Formats: sequence, C-alpha cells, structure tokens
Amino acid sequence: MLDQSEGYVTSDGRKIGGVVMEMKNITLRFGGVVAIKDISFDIREGEIRAIIGPNGAGKSSMLNVISGFYNPQEGEVWYRGSLRPPMKPYQVARQGIARTFQNIALFEGMTVLDNVMTGRLTKMNSGMFSQAIWKGRAEAEETENREKAERIIDFLEIQSIRKTPVARLPYGLKKRVELARALVSEPSLLLLDEPMAGMNVEEKEDMSRFILDVNDEFGTTIALIEHDMGVVMDLSDRVVVMDYGKKIGDGTPDEVRRNQDVIDAYLGVAHD
Amino acid sequence: MAQTQSGVGGLVSIPALLNRNASEFAGSPAYREKEFGIWQTWTWSQTRDEIEALALGLLDMGVAEGDFVAVIGRNRPYLYWSMVAVQMVGGVPVPLYQDSVAEEMAYVMGHCGAKLAVVADQEQVDKILEVNDQLPDFQRMIYLDPRGLRKYDHEHLEQFSKVQDRGRAARDRLKAELDARIARLDYDSTCVMLYTSGTTGKPKGVVLSNRNVIETARSSSEFDHLRPDDDILAYLPMAWVGDFIFSVGQAYWTGFCVNCPESPDTMMTDLREIGPTYYFAPPRVFETQLTNVMIRMEDAGRFKQWLFHTFMKVAREVGPKLLDGKPVGFLDRVRYKLGDLAVYGPLKNTLGFSRVRVGYTAGEAIGPDIFDFYRALGINLKQLYGQTEATVFITAQPDGQVRSDTVGVPSPGVELRIAENGEVFYRSPGVFVEYYKNAESTAGTKDAEGWVATGDAGFIEPDTGHLRIIDRAKDVGQMADGSLFAPKYVENKLKFYPNILEAVVFGNNRTECTAFINIDLTAVGNWAERNNIAYSSYQELAGHPQVMDAIQRHVEEVNLSVAEDEMLSGCQVHRFVVLHKELDADDGELTRTRKVRRRIIEEKYADIIAALYDGSPRVSTVTEVTYEDGRKGAIKATLEVRDAATVAVARKMAAE
Repeated sequence: MLDQSEGYVTSDGRKIGGVVMEMKNITLRFGGVVAIKDISFDIREGEIRAIIGPNGAGKSSMLNVISGFYNPQEGEVWYRGSLRPPMKPYQVARQGIARTFQNIALFEGMTVLDNVMTGRLTKMNSGMFSQAIWKGRAEAEETENREKAERIIDFLEIQSIRKTPVARLPYGLKKRVELARALVSEPSLLLLDEPMAGMNVEEKEDMSRFILDVNDEFGTTIALIEHDMGVVMDLSDRVVVMDYGKKIGDGTPDEVRRNQDVIDAYLGVAHD
Repeated sequence: MAQTQSGVGGLVSIPALLNRNASEFAGSPAYREKEFGIWQTWTWSQTRDEIEALALGLLDMGVAEGDFVAVIGRNRPYLYWSMVAVQMVGGVPVPLYQDSVAEEMAYVMGHCGAKLAVVADQEQVDKILEVNDQLPDFQRMIYLDPRGLRKYDHEHLEQFSKVQDRGRAARDRLKAELDARIARLDYDSTCVMLYTSGTTGKPKGVVLSNRNVIETARSSSEFDHLRPDDDILAYLPMAWVGDFIFSVGQAYWTGFCVNCPESPDTMMTDLREIGPTYYFAPPRVFETQLTNVMIRMEDAGRFKQWLFHTFMKVAREVGPKLLDGKPVGFLDRVRYKLGDLAVYGPLKNTLGFSRVRVGYTAGEAIGPDIFDFYRALGINLKQLYGQTEATVFITAQPDGQVRSDTVGVPSPGVELRIAENGEVFYRSPGVFVEYYKNAESTAGTKDAEGWVATGDAGFIEPDTGHLRIIDRAKDVGQMADGSLFAPKYVENKLKFYPNILEAVVFGNNRTECTAFINIDLTAVGNWAERNNIAYSSYQELAGHPQVMDAIQRHVEEVNLSVAEDEMLSGCQVHRFVVLHKELDADDGELTRTRKVRRRIIEEKYADIIAALYDGSPRVSTVTEVTYEDGRKGAIKATLEVRDAATVAVARKMAAE
C-alpha cells in the first residue's frame, strides 16, 4: 500500500490527496481472451484520472472492474485502504462510486427529473409502507431528494428539459442527464465511460467544462475513459494508457505525450 | 413645456419609490424568480431589506457618490436590486449587455470610468479580467454565482451575499450616512446611464435623470391603467432602456411584480407558469411563437386542424372588433365564445397569454398577419415607438385605436414635429439629459429648445393623428433615376414571410434594387423535413434550389406589393442572393438589438454586391465568422444569384 498521506499539487494549484483506489496486478479473462493483463495503477483523492487507449485496448473492461461489474481472475482491488472482496454493482454503488455508460443507460420513457431522482435510490431508507402512503419519512426523504436533484439540474444547466421525456432528447443532452443521475448520488468516486463519444466540438467543450466544475465544486474524484486525446490531455491530472490489455504508459499528460510506446500505439506500429 | 418641478409627494427617486412601496405594498410580491424548480418570492418589504443591506455593503466598500457601477448579467432580482442599491448610495448604475464581448465591455466601462461591477457569474468575471489592464479606474467586482470562482484571487472579487452580510453588520454604523445620501437624491440627479447599441460608431452613454424615468413611468402607467397586482416577465436585456422602464420605472411607480425566468432556455415555460398581465416582446418573439404554433398544428390530427382553422377564421373577423369595442352581432359573439372555449382559450394558455391585459411590441415593424393573429385571439397587443433618448415612449397606441401599420399617437406629454426631410422630432419630459462625455453628439441630437431628432423618417396621418414610420432617415436615399429609396420598407415586407429571417436591400444611387436574404432555419428546416429534403448544414439548405425557388416567389410577391405604392415602386428587388450564413451580432453585422448595420455589411460582402450588379450567375466568396468564444474561422461558399420578376411601373402607368 502506498502511504495514504502522500499527495501532490497540480500545475493549476489543486491539492491532490492520498490514494482512494488501487488496482494491483489485475488480469481479466473472458474464456481464452485476455482483456486486461497484469495492470496496476492508483486513483488519488480529488484528481481527474484518465484511462486512454485505442479501440479494443480494454478500457471499458478496466472501468467495469473498478465499478465491480467484472471480477478479475487475478489481482486485488483496494478501496479506501481495504481489500475489496468481489461485490455486486449495487454494493459498490453504496460505497459511493457512481458511473455513466458509454452507450447511455437511461430510462427512455421517464422524464429527466425522474431519471435524475433514480440516482438517489442508494440514499433512500424509508420502508415500502411509508412510501406507499407517502407520509412521514418517505415524504421528508422525497423533499430532500428533490432538492438535491434540483441543485444538480441547476448545476448542469438542464432546467429547460426538466419535464421532458429522455427519449426526446438529443444525444449530447442525454449524456448530461446521465452525468446528473450519477452526481445526484453524491459519489466520492465518479466513473465516466467515454463521456464525449459521439459529440461535436461544442458539446465536448461543454462536457469538459462540467467535468472540471464537478471536480472543483464537489471535490469529486473522477476516473474517465476517453479516446479523444486532445480532450483528455487538457482535462486530466494523470493518465493511464492501455493497448491490447496492457498498460503502456502512466503519468501526467506531458509525460504520456512524450512516451514512445504511446506514440506508437496511437500512430500504429506492427505488434509482435 | 409644463414640467413637474418635483415629484408627487417627494417621490423623486427610485429609492424613494421603494420606500413608499415597502410600506404601502409591504406584503405583496415585488420580485419572483424560479430557482431550483420553485418560484421564490420577495415581498416589497423584504426587497427593501435586501436592497438596503446591499447598499450598506457598498457604502462599507467605499462606493462614493457619482461613482459608476456596471451591472452585467441576465435578468435576476439581485441585479435589479444592485441597480437600486447603487442609486441609494448616490452612484450611477450602468447595465451592460451580458452577451457583449470583452472589448465592447472594455470600451463602455472605460468610457464611464466604472469603479465597480456587479456581475452574474464566472463568464462575466472572466471577460472583465481579460480587459482589466485597459481599465485604470476599475477596482472591484461583486459576483452572484460563486460557481467556478472559488480558486480565483479574491483580492478584487467579492461575493454578493458577503457584501450584503457586510452591510447588515455595518448597519448601525452606516445607516445614517445611507439615509443622508438617499435624501440628497433629487429629480435632476442621474437615475441610470444606458449605452445605446449604436448602428454606427461607438456606443453612446445616455444619461437619464430621475425626472426622465419617473415622469415617463408615471404617465405611461396611467395611459395603460397599470395596477399593483400586475405581473410582468423580465426577460429582455437589462441594458435595454425598455427593460429599465418596465421592470424598474413602471414596476416601482405602480408597485407591480417583476418575474425573472429560471434560465434563458426556460423562458417559454416560465412565461406560461407566470401568465403575465403586462407583456412586452419584440416582433421576433411573436413571430417565433406563431411559427411554432403553425408547425405544431400541421402535426395535429385532421379534426383538430379543422377546428383550429374554422375558429381562427371567426377570430380574425370578430376578435379585433371585440377588442376595439366595436359593435358585434349576437351570432358572431356566440361563435367567438365557442371558439374561445375550443381554441383561443387553450391556445392562449399554452402561449402564456391567458392573463395579458396590455401587450406591446416595438423595435421593428410587425407583420400584419402576425399582429392580427394575436389580436384575433383577444390579446390586447399594441405598438409603441420609442428610443433610449426619449426614455422609451414617443408614441403608443391607445386601446381601441390599434393598427399594424402605425405606431400610435404621441404619448402623454410628448410633442411631435416632422421636419422638411421627413425626419421625426420630439420633445417630452422623458428627453435625456445628455450623452455622457460627448457634448458634440448631444448638441447634434438635441437642440436648445429640447427637440430631439429620432433619425427616423415618417409622417403623421392627417385624419387619425397616428404616426407612421417609413425608415431610418439616413437610410432613405435616392435611386439613380431620382425615385425614393427606402430599404427598410421593402425588407420588412420580405421579413413578414416566415421563411425569411433577415433581408438587406441595396440600391441607393443605383439603377435598381437588389437584396441579401437570410432564411429562417426553423421554418425552412421544418419545410425541408416535410418534403424529404436532406441537408447537412445551414449553408446547404440556404443554397438548395427548391429553397431558392420559394424565396424567389416571396421576392416576386413583395415586388408586386411594392409596385402598388407610387412613391416606392422603384424599390422592387431585381436580383437577390440567399446568404450562406446568418447575419450575426458577433460578426458586427447586426447590433445587439438585431438591427442591420448596412455600412459594415456593404464593406464585408462587397464581392457579392458586385455580383448582384454585374449580371454574373454565381459568386464565390469567403466570409470570416466569429464564434461565441471569440475565435475566428472562415466559411467558403458559391452562391447563386437569382433574377426576380418585377413589375414594369412605367408600362403600368401607360396602360392606365
């Protein structure tokens, strides 16, 4: 284990804390296919950590390991100083980890507000009976949850679509709604799976702004996958680069940019 | 000129009016704003407390009498309070357009030497920081929304709520000083300074006194019988004189409630939720709403379409008569009532116009079809004609005398005079004090007797006394053959077609007129979708042959109607192009209030204009565009130049 108190200061003066999550020698196989091969890295308190790589590099598998959706065959996942046993995704969510998906997973028929409210599920404690008659605890809880949801809606500037069914929204906005749903659970670690995929330049700029604002305003630790290099380099504090299931680089954007293996992976060099 | 030397009952300033409202209307709502999904309300007495706390905070920060304070942001109660708080401490509020680019702000703030700015958010803070080194007098900024600003150096920054806290803490110490400063305000002290967007040259700072604002607010409120229980929606730029008069002047005089939308995008929803009783919108807003209604009607079922069209026909016949109080037969009344139940009522509700008692439109000419549509629904929509220099009101239409082609009779207290060249002059208690630090322009606009040139050419209809505006006086010119050239007259006719967003007509000193056309992406895009016409960009849609055909038909129809006017028949459009980009204020082609800047357009598109006159069938061009973030790019395009059929006027006269 790394020393918890250790940290660093970013170029723009943010203080990054100790290790939140550490992946140790992770290997993940699907039958004969090795999706992730012996990868180790850590995520620190308050940082924006990117995992990049070409298509099929194993980025999404990696994120699924972090979120507890996949259990690696080898290796250990350490979260906040303790070894994490194999878990169901909802158990991981209760630990304060939230995520968005590469191919949007919202309830299409429900309004934006309702979708965002579902993000509060892990914070609801009232019983079924109380909720059915909507009295006492359930009522108080809903009021509080709605308030939290509204603050996030305000934060992400989606007030105008509050009552719009998600199915009617354009792609870029759906992504933002998904981010809202993840945020409303007040996560301490936020996982974003290709938050900018399929977006135009303006939408990407908006999304980048929101990611930075989330990190700044709520102090949320963010791990994101992205294959738009430009965006990642501007956004993140440290970057893990994967190719064919292996880690080929790890460091600040500048270090990664100068890494010969990374350049080769992106420009395309024959693999042995 | 009969002028009240002092206000009624010592009400000589906005802070004095606030004081009266806080005791007279203590418990009734003064401001509402939707935040976090819920309408938050402040009563008049709460409003006074908020403003007072802020004013004390400003005192504590050392704001001196006569200091200029910029106010920048979208319509929010806090920013309106800021303006009044600045007045309380003897300063002059200067609201700026929130979408101005940094250089524009630098000019204005440098010109008035603003020491302080109250801004909405990080975006505005960034803009000011960008030009800070050009502003030697500038000292501090107060911001509303702390988001993203935590890590900024707070040496010159202060949060709005913190300033209020400071004020509350210093109340005992500074209250006497604040009261003294309020007491020193009189009818001649400056109420506000507003920068005119200026179709030519740099913006000018129009100084309006308390007399200007309060006298105008009083007479216009009486003219339209405004009441303390009225509601308005404040959504037009705070830097525009209209918003200042409606949301501050009239609101404080009458004591009605100012409602602020949640965000610019939610304006339509908020409009519906509030249901204002007094409403102002430029023609463009009415146009967009009508277009939306029509588009949605086309998607409706057969029965609903039949219902809509049948009853709208009834409404167009009966509605305006009912509004004007003219005699209407019993059967028509019944039919209108039925229509109200089935169509007009629900439609008005959807548009947010159920409660509108007085509605105004101004700024541009409104299409007769659009105007009649709203009148037919029973919405008392009227026109007014005004200017920043007049504290808005020059003429307005009284109830019962409303027409789409005039701008009404002189407002109470206004005298009108038409000069020999057709230019309209006025004199009123609302006439501005001066252009700040610009005696030359002041003298050029306002003469010693207080007459102000509007810059518009028009005439007074002999039998009704209504004023009709033809065009900007300086834009009115002559064709090569000596006939009258009034571009706006033709442009307005073109713009009345939903497909056409903007038009610019050329022809001064030339043998024939030509035009630039901007398509309306909403209307044309919808039409394209219905007709299975694929397009990938604005540029492609604008250049589509079928779109060009449609526009050509519009131009030719306009030519027909222009030809009917003896004086202006020379202004028929002979050739036109559909532009490959929308004219945009960011590119300097329009003013912030969306008025065409002819000279800039003429320079920028000289190559296209040349092609319009040399007979070439198409023209290739490269146009520089400015993106919202200030970066520049270029659009290349090859535009088709079309000939439009015109009516040969000479032959027509011969035939007669």
